[in-house]
Amino acid sequence: MMRLPWFQYRAPQSVAEAARILAGEGDAMLIAGGTDLLPNMKRRQMAPKMLVSLSSIDALKRNGSVYGAGLTLTQVVNSNAPKALRQAAHQVATVHLRNMGTLGGNLCLDTRCNYYNQNYEWRKAIDFCLKKDGDVCWVATASKRCVAASSTDCAPALLALGARVHLVSSSGEREIGLEELYNNDGMDYLKRRPDEILTEVLIPPSLASTYWKLRRRGAFDFPVLGVAAAASPQGVRIALGAVASRPFLVHKANDFLEGKELTDEVIDEAAKLVASRAKPMDNADLDLYWRKDVAVELARYALRELRGDDMRETRLRIARQLV
Amino acid sequence: MKVLGKPRRRVDGRAKVTGQTRFADDIALPRMLHMKLLRSPQPHALIESIDIAKAKAHPGVHLVLTGQDFPVTFGILPVSQDEYPLAPQHVRYVGDPVAAVVARDEQTAAEACDLMEVKYRPLQTISDPVEALQNPEPRIHAYSELGNIHRLQAFEFGDVDEALERADHVFEDLFFYEGNTHLPIEQHASVAAVDGEGKLTLWSSTQVPHYVHRSLARVLQLPASHIRVIATPNGGGFGGKCDVCNHEMVVGKAAILLGRPVKICLNREEVFYMHRGRHPVLMKFRTGVTKDGKLTGMHLQTLIDGGGYGSYGTASTFYTGALQTVTYEVPRYKFEAARVFTNKPPCGPKRGHGTPQPRFGQEVQLDKIAEKLAIDPAELRLNMVAKPNSLTANWLKIGSIGLEQCIRTVVERSAWKSRFRKLGPGRGLGLACGSYLCGAGLPIYFNKMPQSGVQLLVDRSGQVTAFCGATEIGQGSDDVLAAIIAEVLGIDPFDIRCVTGDTGITPVDLGSYSSRVTVMMGNAAIDASNKIKNLIAQATAEQLEVAPDKLVFANGRVAFDGRSVTFAEAVSFAEEKFGTLGALGSYKPPRAPGRYKGAGVGPSPAYSYTACVVEAEVDPATGWITVPKIWIAHDIGRTINPVLARGQVEGSVYMGLSEALMEEQVFRRLPPKLSRALVHKIPSLLEYKSLTSLDMPEVDTVLIEDPDPNCPFGAKEVGQGPLLPVMPAVANAIYDAVGVRIDELPITPDKVLRALELKAAGKTPRVGPTSFPAVPYPEPVIVPPPWEGGDGNAVKGHERTKLKVSAA
Repeated sequence: MMRLPWFQYRAPQSVAEAARILAGEGDAMLIAGGTDLLPNMKRRQMAPKMLVSLSSIDALKRNGSVYGAGLTLTQVVNSNAPKALRQAAHQVATVHLRNMGTLGGNLCLDTRCNYYNQNYEWRKAIDFCLKKDGDVCWVATASKRCVAASSTDCAPALLALGARVHLVSSSGEREIGLEELYNNDGMDYLKRRPDEILTEVLIPPSLASTYWKLRRRGAFDFPVLGVAAAASPQGVRIALGAVASRPFLVHKANDFLEGKELTDEVIDEAAKLVASRAKPMDNADLDLYWRKDVAVELARYALRELRGDDMRETRLRIARQLV
Repeated sequence: MKVLGKPRRRVDGRAKVTGQTRFADDIALPRMLHMKLLRSPQPHALIESIDIAKAKAHPGVHLVLTGQDFPVTFGILPVSQDEYPLAPQHVRYVGDPVAAVVARDEQTAAEACDLMEVKYRPLQTISDPVEALQNPEPRIHAYSELGNIHRLQAFEFGDVDEALERADHVFEDLFFYEGNTHLPIEQHASVAAVDGEGKLTLWSSTQVPHYVHRSLARVLQLPASHIRVIATPNGGGFGGKCDVCNHEMVVGKAAILLGRPVKICLNREEVFYMHRGRHPVLMKFRTGVTKDGKLTGMHLQTLIDGGGYGSYGTASTFYTGALQTVTYEVPRYKFEAARVFTNKPPCGPKRGHGTPQPRFGQEVQLDKIAEKLAIDPAELRLNMVAKPNSLTANWLKIGSIGLEQCIRTVVERSAWKSRFRKLGPGRGLGLACGSYLCGAGLPIYFNKMPQSGVQLLVDRSGQVTAFCGATEIGQGSDDVLAAIIAEVLGIDPFDIRCVTGDTGITPVDLGSYSSRVTVMMGNAAIDASNKIKNLIAQATAEQLEVAPDKLVFANGRVAFDGRSVTFAEAVSFAEEKFGTLGALGSYKPPRAPGRYKGAGVGPSPAYSYTACVVEAEVDPATGWITVPKIWIAHDIGRTINPVLARGQVEGSVYMGLSEALMEEQVFRRLPPKLSRALVHKIPSLLEYKSLTSLDMPEVDTVLIEDPDPNCPFGAKEVGQGPLLPVMPAVANAIYDAVGVRIDELPITPDKVLRALELKAAGKTPRVGPTSFPAVPYPEPVIVPPPWEGGDGNAVKGHERTKLKVSAA
């Protein structure tokens, strides 16, 4: 990993000021915790002229009916947020990174790929890739589209919870469903405009929710599969993470579950529907086919926990900790 | 024992935990410049040209070096002097250094590296041993034995075919052990500076300052007396800093040319390229056993992926076979090995050097044998443990063996007898053993001089300063040195100053590798301490009017029967009587009995033994593996500092479990139609997976003390041996849990699930290598075992027939 490239640094005190700076500077990026952006900059995946820090903006740290995008993941874990979000936040990276990384940062996390998350010299040795500086997607050489994987843990949890997000720019603001924030494209993965700031997350009430993360180890690792499930008066919603370039709601399974009680048979059937939508690529940790094979199990765990089963033993095995 | 065996804070512990230990990267000298290496992005190519003009002209750049500046090769072994500090023409893996920039800061040096234009003529790449066997050309090295086969070795100790013929059962198994790397937290770093007289000092995070010293003299063509190498405390070594590194040579040259200090720190990716870690090894075992579970003979073949350079490879190749006879009685043994060159970072020694791979194979095979013969795996092993004070088939001299007690200990503590094969579906226990060297019997380059020296300086203040070339790499060598001297002189280890790992002022010690430091440095320290003690005793005896041998050195006093003086007073008497006090001690291992060519690898003053039981849980639906507990007992001879010893055992368990479950140094070749890239798949600490503390089980550690007469106070090694049984014990536990054999490492959930699917389909529930390619092994060197009339020398083929007749 190289040293950071040179950049200008601004730390405005308000969202409005941040939005103004962002609108006026062509090559600026937002930085919150920097836990994803700074390593990427060291590897030259990006080298913006200016970083606009959001960490001095108190308004982004609201914690209650709405969740400020500037809350650290540790603050989210310790908040009254629904369980799925707290479980998701708790399983991001490590303690130190959660103390720095933010909710908004996790939602806007760059997509990941074994051919992309490498240092400059390594990428040079493969003549770069479609996502950055190259022409070929080495994961799927025939693909015109970058297949880097969405690796946010919080997004699937929030999708299942039916969350909405607030975006502010110098020209206005808007609120959209979280699902509308994402594109299934490893390069152009966010529908957030470059001049917009994600400021708040709004979470409607829910009855129960859960998040299951599959990864190699008990800490550090990004998900190779995330399954979130939430129950609300409107029904059960399941969302998947890390198996496409965006997190997404599994509408087929959610439709199937409508009005049904979570019996073992219903859970099995729904889990199969969920798993059929998990289409991981060979660009992350662990064996690709295995990751696909076990999706049904993870979906089953999530639905059983949502039903109220005591899944602590299984969770301890998979997550190596209770969250 | 007043000091030994008591848990103590290590003598360098406070500085380490308070962040005050100065590692190589902490060194900052006035006017210091910084260096970066430009590394090859090509896996295999010839350099056609390097244009350094732009880099040289870059503001802040002081010096640009290329291969043309380094005409002399180096290499850790005399037989493989195959590396250049910077490749002049031929690059052999992605990451091979081709040029260096020295600049005012690291950033500037990195920018200038990017301005260099190197034209490469690509060569066909070799990615694995099968390709190396199939493609003798293009040759990665001209000096290899046959095509791209670096080394071929074959030895036969007794007629193994005959031994297998008369066995009741012959087990034939293939195993594969994937390569993995050391993962020290500290990346390699070096600082070089010349003094006013033009003499060079190199501070480096190295385990082997003596060998670096020799290589610097050779490569820089300077008198060794003008070079001083200081090994800074290493932030972990594990074998990764045992080799002489390119950057150590280049930074030395740069400092000489510029007359200014120059520093280089490798980044994490570069450490993955420097590598010298665990060789990937494909193994074939043919083992004969009697129906009551005695081995009749073993035939082991190995095929070893060496990467792009020789490194320690020739020794590693020997080590994939040499120690197979030390754990259990193997009456006849045949060993054939081949190491090939491939276009990947060179492999070398990692904790256990060459032995974990065949140990994995043998211990898993023994588990299969035990099951087939319906003998408890612990009983099977207890029935065949090698005998103390014996010779092995390949003429290694074994001294003390605490293995039986190790096995009994882990069996008892894990409640093995009531739980093995009885834990129910998804849960299991596995047992395995291992043995390891306490220092290689021979030095890396041939000589008959001591392998470790200790000098003691004692003065009237009572202070003791110990000088030794041994290198503190985190393992606690300074603490062992202080403890042993303190034990002899009856003083507090904290009152001893250790000056170590400095070729300019300390006696030669070969370095921190092959688990040699405690035994060799320790014996040298006892030698020096006894000499000093004798002088002090003589002088003090006169003062106290007693016989010198009646004096007791303890608790900082020299005493006889109620009368005593302080240690400082006693030293004053001696200084008055003998003049300024100092003593030298040295150690050379006993000569090994083997006389055949190749007998130099394997002998050791002593061998340590370990037994381990692993408990595993496997989820049948996903293959997900959980290891809740590990019991391990290690025959350490004698414990010097239990805190450090237990730390070494637990660290070995950590590393072993990590290798068993996830670590792999693997490479990626892109679709050949589109690219000729052959790159390390995951050169990062995030994506090269190793266990986190959350993945570590509870470890029940027992140290078995069976003092070995060749060792200082009987103390054997503990740094490497405890790693060896962990990997096979995991594999055996998984078999006990779900009845599938994973005959390759790492054992990942996808392999377990695949094997479970095979089992469900009624097929052989095994995942592992299925074929062993034809390797042109040479005719073996034939050496009759001690009990078949040999004398340790090799014999000609026709003589063997004669001997066999006479043996019969």
